[in-house]
Amino acid sequence: MSAVPPETCRTEELLAGTIAGLIAGARHVAVGASSPIPAAAALLARERGHGRPHVSLLGSRRQSFFTDGGRELFDCAGQGRIDAFFLSGAQIDGEGNINLVCIGDYTRPKARFPGSFGSAYLYYVVPKVILFRLEHTRRTLVPKVDFISAPGASADNVHRPGGPVALITNRCLFAFDRMRRRFTLASVHPGHTVAEVIDNTGFDFDRSVDAPTTPAPSNDDLRILRAVVAPQLMEVYPKFAAEVFGMKESA
Amino acid sequence: MIVRSLDEALAPITDGCVLAVPRDVSGVAMAATRALIRRGVKRLHLVALPTASLQADLLIGAGCVEVIETSAVSLGELGPAPRFTAAVVAGAVRVKDATCPALHAAFQAAEKGVPFMPLRGLIGSDLLAHRPDWKVVDNPFGSDDPIVLIPALRPDVALFHAPLADRDGNVWIGRDRELATMAHAAARTVVTVEKLYDGNLFDDPTLAAGALGGFYLESVAVVPNGAWPLALADHYSADANHIADYARLAATADGFAAYLDRHVHERRAA
Repeated sequence: MSAVPPETCRTEELLAGTIAGLIAGARHVAVGASSPIPAAAALLARERGHGRPHVSLLGSRRQSFFTDGGRELFDCAGQGRIDAFFLSGAQIDGEGNINLVCIGDYTRPKARFPGSFGSAYLYYVVPKVILFRLEHTRRTLVPKVDFISAPGASADNVHRPGGPVALITNRCLFAFDRMRRRFTLASVHPGHTVAEVIDNTGFDFDRSVDAPTTPAPSNDDLRILRAVVAPQLMEVYPKFAAEVFGMKESA
Repeated sequence: MIVRSLDEALAPITDGCVLAVPRDVSGVAMAATRALIRRGVKRLHLVALPTASLQADLLIGAGCVEVIETSAVSLGELGPAPRFTAAVVAGAVRVKDATCPALHAAFQAAEKGVPFMPLRGLIGSDLLAHRPDWKVVDNPFGSDDPIVLIPALRPDVALFHAPLADRDGNVWIGRDRELATMAHAAARTVVTVEKLYDGNLFDDPTLAAGALGGFYLESVAVVPNGAWPLALADHYSADANHIADYARLAATADGFAAYLDRHVHERRAA
């Protein structure tokens, strides 16, 4: 499994391959709304693991074993039956707080986003939450979010088996330290630099002198993503599958 | 006989009522939504179980909604919900922001006839800070274990679209069990269906396992393709081209008005 040169691999594929590595060994991975790259990653991990982890894609009939309505996902998570989940944010800050609601004052916002979805619950109870944001700028990665849809950390007496473990962007991968409530630069994607990451990040983070380069997906992973995962994404993410993998929608 | 014409079936949905509707993959009554806009329903308190999409955007844009309680409103892969976004920024609609399991919990409390349901998460979020109706208590079975209580939510009417109903008013909902929770929680339930089932759904145990008893139903209307342009899972896909056209038009108030003229106020020929 030799690595391929980065120019033959799209950013979406690099991110999916990296996320698949982060969730290796999970028993059950769930993917929420508007999360096509995490969906690709989870399906890739399942293919690599010959059917493990179990994958539940929100909104899918085929990639879901749920039969008890929308609540089953949350009931599973509450019991610890979901090991990994993915969240994004219009804003994400250096303490791992995420904002899916608004910019400016909540009662008179300057901009409004769809809403918090399941974040204000799943962020607390799923052990490995991986944050993802494809726009890595000072506009999105901010010192302090305007609205906390879900906090990165909680007071000691709050039931909190879950929380963030990583943040992946179009430029780099950060790891999150829950005790210190801080991100550390884990790797920089091919074609990007540490200086560029610093310039475009609105919060402080830790870093070693030289951060490694994020490994590109293997040829085998790229083949699985393009040949096996892409068709499976068509049901829930037809637009993404068409744009990234050239899948054609059937009439 | 509870099978009625669409407009007759929608009569329980009156101005100012608390109306519960499902997420976009579970059977959204879109033909019924267009009929409500044509009728000019006003001041709805729309409750999404637990998220909303095109349906809420249309109702908000058409001025039918005073309050929306939801975990999110979006058009999914096709982007933000434009009239929802514009209405919130303009202060034209009040949002009671929730998180998905809080809405499931509120309906579950109502279906059990209990006043509230406890829920993990939420503590330390601004969602909780803006929901004075949600309360934090100390777990009475533990010590120093704060937990949120979500009050029961009993809608006046639940409205959804399903594949089948029989003449006794039993409705087949299949895997989308939150539709049963909605119906159990609501005072009255109105359903549109693709077609009438010839016989009684409870005579076949395979169908009965996915059925909702007519006991809960106020009225049923047969509306083929009634979820269009959204999907009816296992039956037809969303009309992505139509929704993309909508997203483009609804970016402006004038474009939205043109969409309403073309697709809501004029009945479609086919």
